[in-house]
Amino acid sequence: MTIHTPAARAEGARLFGAFQTWGAVPVEAAVLQPAETLLDLYGEDIRARAYVTQDPVQGEMMLRPDFTVPVVQAHMAGGAEPARYCYLGEVFRKQEGGASRASEYLQVGYEVFDRDQPLRADAEVFALFSRMLAGKGLRAATGDIGLLIAAVQGLPTSDTRKAALMRHLWRPARFRALLERYAGRAPLPKGRADLLARLAAGDRIASAAPQIGLRTRDEIDARLTRLAEDAATPPIPAALVDGLEFLTRVADKAPGALAQMRSLTIQMPWLAPSLDLFEQRLAVLAAHGVDVAGLDFEASYGRTTLEYYDGFVFGFYAEARPDLPPVASGGRYDALTSVLGQGRSIPAVGGVIRPALLVELGDAA
Amino acid sequence: MSVKIGVPSKGRLMEKTFDWFAERGITMKRTGAEREYSGAVEGIEGVSLVLLSASEIPRELAAGRIHLGVTGTDLVREKLADWRAQVEELAPMGFGHADLIIAVPECWVDVETLDDLDATAAAFRADHGFRLRIATKYHRLVRDFLRSHGVADYQLVDSQGATEGTIRNLTAEAVADITSTGETLRANHLKILDAEPVLRSQATLFASRAAQLDAAEAAAMTTLRARLA
Repeated sequence: MTIHTPAARAEGARLFGAFQTWGAVPVEAAVLQPAETLLDLYGEDIRARAYVTQDPVQGEMMLRPDFTVPVVQAHMAGGAEPARYCYLGEVFRKQEGGASRASEYLQVGYEVFDRDQPLRADAEVFALFSRMLAGKGLRAATGDIGLLIAAVQGLPTSDTRKAALMRHLWRPARFRALLERYAGRAPLPKGRADLLARLAAGDRIASAAPQIGLRTRDEIDARLTRLAEDAATPPIPAALVDGLEFLTRVADKAPGALAQMRSLTIQMPWLAPSLDLFEQRLAVLAAHGVDVAGLDFEASYGRTTLEYYDGFVFGFYAEARPDLPPVASGGRYDALTSVLGQGRSIPAVGGVIRPALLVELGDAA
Repeated sequence: MSVKIGVPSKGRLMEKTFDWFAERGITMKRTGAEREYSGAVEGIEGVSLVLLSASEIPRELAAGRIHLGVTGTDLVREKLADWRAQVEELAPMGFGHADLIIAVPECWVDVETLDDLDATAAAFRADHGFRLRIATKYHRLVRDFLRSHGVADYQLVDSQGATEGTIRNLTAEAVADITSTGETLRANHLKILDAEPVLRSQATLFASRAAQLDAAEAAAMTTLRARLA
């Protein structure tokens, strides 16, 4: 078991104080969070990552795996706008693959809820983190999930296919498999061709088995209809699928990455507005003192995290210690606020730092 | 003391285990009254028998309270995190074969593969307002399997027995369970998804990595392992 060293607490308190100096309002969050909210957001996988416990009255609870969700909830329940929040406390993550990584550690975080100038908020958070982490030998990695979303949304194909691709945006292997199938380059799932042939011949595909369970025959019929519609949907042109796959592999310094992605707009003109925003963000970052010419960009960065990022994303890594998890990470999560806001939403961006890792790096230096 | 072998305390699994050791010149038998859980080992010195529920053997191996144990690979992989660090797989024993599979109602004519299950889970959540429920007692194995195959919008609900009945009882939409012949599934109007099983399990002899051996036990263990090789 890990315990927080006095040095880690002191470092956390120092960063927490710095965020407050910057104008953030300190907020608290309960350690015990309702499991249902987190499960609905993250799916069953969160059970493998978070500690679940039982409350006799409140039911299933989780030991806080992050602060983002409770902070968003607190803001949506009546925070003034725009708002800047900061927090300091323990988070808990199961580490199944061995005990080398901490399962309980301090996080100090900063979140900005600002409707008017999202690019400025992105730059503010990233520049602030860069300054606070300067001199620690960290490499920053950045990405922009918004570009991938825009690339998918503009594809000339059915809404059903776009929705399926969007649903698996954060599961890269699945995403690619779907894309290949929609391009007509991957075989149909087993049994599908036969099923489609029968549907085309007017067969209602009855079952001799009794109708059991909650899923009704109407739901089955609706899916059969969707399958038939999907079979009649023309394939996504191979050049577009190649373009999208190229996009997911872009990894370069920010200006080079921008040039590579600009070349895609010949095939995918609908990417242009998002690339304009990307370019503007680089300008705002530069105005905030960030060396954008040396900034690493990976188009797929942030796709495999448990988080709910859907725009600008970033992480800070210790170059000399590849064994360590990221020292800091963050990003934009506009969609999360609408999921938790029950109809309301607000653009939001933020990040966390792990003070114990900073202390560890300081000792090693 | 002696080298302790944990063996399932009843049924075919115990009998087959006794047969397997007998073929290697080691006689195991139950002793005492018919319902008494005590046993003896003959044909080798310094080895003793511990009769246990098969489901407790992984835990006892991990804790080092037994040196060797016979149980299903399914139970070891479900119950022990990072199982390779805790036990060593000595010998698959060639019986107790069972597959951990995912099954759905036979009336789901549109669902044959994991791909279909994933699409169905998305639609089910949109229609019903909650994630499609899969009843199982193999939470770790099923969750890892579904994650690696990119299935989303499901939830696991715990079922420690009569799992095939949960769909009819409206407490789950699908099940993940151990089957050897598939008969119970068919009787409950379920069909197995057309996919590699989550796990192919069989009775296996495991060695604990945590159990300590004194000099006499170490000698007995060396003899025993030579006989089993």
